[in-house]
Amino acid sequence: MADSVLKITNVNKSFGGLKALNNINLTIEKNKVHAIIGPNGAGKSTLLNVCIGLLAPDTGKVLFDGKNIIGKQAHEINQMGLARVFQTPEIFTELTLLENVMIAALAKQEGAFKFKIFRNLAEEKAMMQESIDALSSIGMDNQMYDIAGSMSRGNKRRLELAMCLVQRAKLLLLDEPTAGMSRHDTNQTIKLLKKIKADGMTKIIIEHDMHVVFSVADTISVLARGEIIATGTPDEIKNNPIVQAAYLGGGNE
Amino acid sequence: MHIKQKRSDLLVMSLFTIIVLSMPVWLDPVGANYPDLLQKFVIFGIFAIGYNILFGLTGYLSFGHAIFLGVGSYAAVWSFKLLSMNAVPAVIFATLLAGVVAALVGYVSLRRSGIYFSILTLAFAQMFYNLAYSVLTPITNGETGLQLSLDDPRVIDRLVSSAGEGLPVPELFGISMSGYSGFYFCAVMLIMAFFLSLKIFNSPFGLKLKAIKSNQHRMKYTGYNTRPYLLSAFIISGMFAGLAGGLMAVTDPLAGAERMQWTASGEVVLMTILGGIGTLYGPLLGVGIIKYLENIFSAINEASLQSFFSFMPHWLNEMMVMLVSPFVGEGWQLTLGLMFMLIVIFLPGGITEGFQKIKTKLTTNQKIQQGDE
Repeated sequence: MADSVLKITNVNKSFGGLKALNNINLTIEKNKVHAIIGPNGAGKSTLLNVCIGLLAPDTGKVLFDGKNIIGKQAHEINQMGLARVFQTPEIFTELTLLENVMIAALAKQEGAFKFKIFRNLAEEKAMMQESIDALSSIGMDNQMYDIAGSMSRGNKRRLELAMCLVQRAKLLLLDEPTAGMSRHDTNQTIKLLKKIKADGMTKIIIEHDMHVVFSVADTISVLARGEIIATGTPDEIKNNPIVQAAYLGGGNE
Repeated sequence: MHIKQKRSDLLVMSLFTIIVLSMPVWLDPVGANYPDLLQKFVIFGIFAIGYNILFGLTGYLSFGHAIFLGVGSYAAVWSFKLLSMNAVPAVIFATLLAGVVAALVGYVSLRRSGIYFSILTLAFAQMFYNLAYSVLTPITNGETGLQLSLDDPRVIDRLVSSAGEGLPVPELFGISMSGYSGFYFCAVMLIMAFFLSLKIFNSPFGLKLKAIKSNQHRMKYTGYNTRPYLLSAFIISGMFAGLAGGLMAVTDPLAGAERMQWTASGEVVLMTILGGIGTLYGPLLGVGIIKYLENIFSAINEASLQSFFSFMPHWLNEMMVMLVSPFVGEGWQLTLGLMFMLIVIFLPGGITEGFQKIKTKLTTNQKIQQGDE
């Protein structure tokens, strides 16, 4: 398939006697928002860590854009075009919002390492404008000289998204993007995710909050006990009896 | 914005140049205008500026930077012995050799971060210190220290002229490098070092170093290979230290291993923290204060205290002298210690943070007053 971004084939992973992932096959299609849901301990985090090359599976292949990413270092995977948003927002708290985004933009522009000490940052006008544009696309350009650490959790998340936007990542991995957020911040994030959905960035969302999943996802995969038990559109998943037994109605299990 | 930035850089540099070159004038009233001390101010200034590029920007606390100071000194003295008494090759060799040693030490130490990095650099420093006294004595001349002697080859000098009588002194194309001329040579080096540091602070490279200090994990996931950045910063700061060590030898052509002792590494940490970590000027303030205390404050004795308090009645004079004397003279380190504690507790950002606080207070007061009107 030419239009798949990430292809996971026959992935198995065990921790001691515990089978965390059991023969996972998953294809993430281009320009789609693919959500992965599942109860606690279903193997979501393990799958995510395999997706970003952090964890090597026992068997199987993970191809990103047709290239193997297993065993690659974090910065190499990012340079290939896979950006990641963490469960707790990870930003440069001591720097300003603009500087945060500029660092992401510079990574895209200059690669993993560049020794450039005689050029003044203020001369990088194109890069700076790009960063300001990314901030204005999430509605934060009016506070770009504020220190990032002083913002609310929801705003930190938005800043993190802006950093991925400016890199024009091919695939964006969101690990519980609304975890620990107030209702207001969650709704803001949903709005933002919907808005940036339009620019065609492929996304994988790992999420607990069904409200978020059903509002933004094109495709949903349900993970239970290390296996993918169903994949389909939100409507299909809602009406799937196996899923209802395993997860949606699993509260009384 | 571009032009504005350039202009402000130019302004900063011209101000800095004026301040440094006029040091003999404005340090005269406080009794610090003598060449030996002036040289110390600028040489340690270079050392601290360089150290700040590593510690201030990336947050990696090295306890081994005296290694490069020592390496620089030895390299410079060897250049005097083998090549020429000219200061230029000595300084170049000192900087380059320190850079090579820094690359080796940094390559190993930077495999770890935080406290483990600090311990590794400390271990390296002690290793170099002990090696200088044992295995490396053919190079370092052990406890006596490396000195000039009459039968040194000095290949380049011999091409031009025959050896004169007595020990030659380091010179710069005929100008002797002792006294004030030595100070001005070092001052020019300090100005160049400061310019480089200013460039690094304002460059994308500098911003990335600050980002590594802030969140290295995020840096990796943003697509940066952080190790080469850290190693470059380490080597640059090592080369600054090498330059400082070389200049020490230029102003006084003698190199001893005590220059590499851990206390020397610790001193530069104190200077940087005292003045303000990660600020352009802070480390220089720290150098000024520590070197001033060490050289001027330590010379104050009971007699000078008595004359200072002479306007008081006799009994009060006695009491004041008794109270103050433990803090001056040989007790200057007590004053330094107290000062350091107060600053770390109340102004963790160093003296520059204090200035900043005063500045914001003044500007907000002004705003309030304007609001009233």
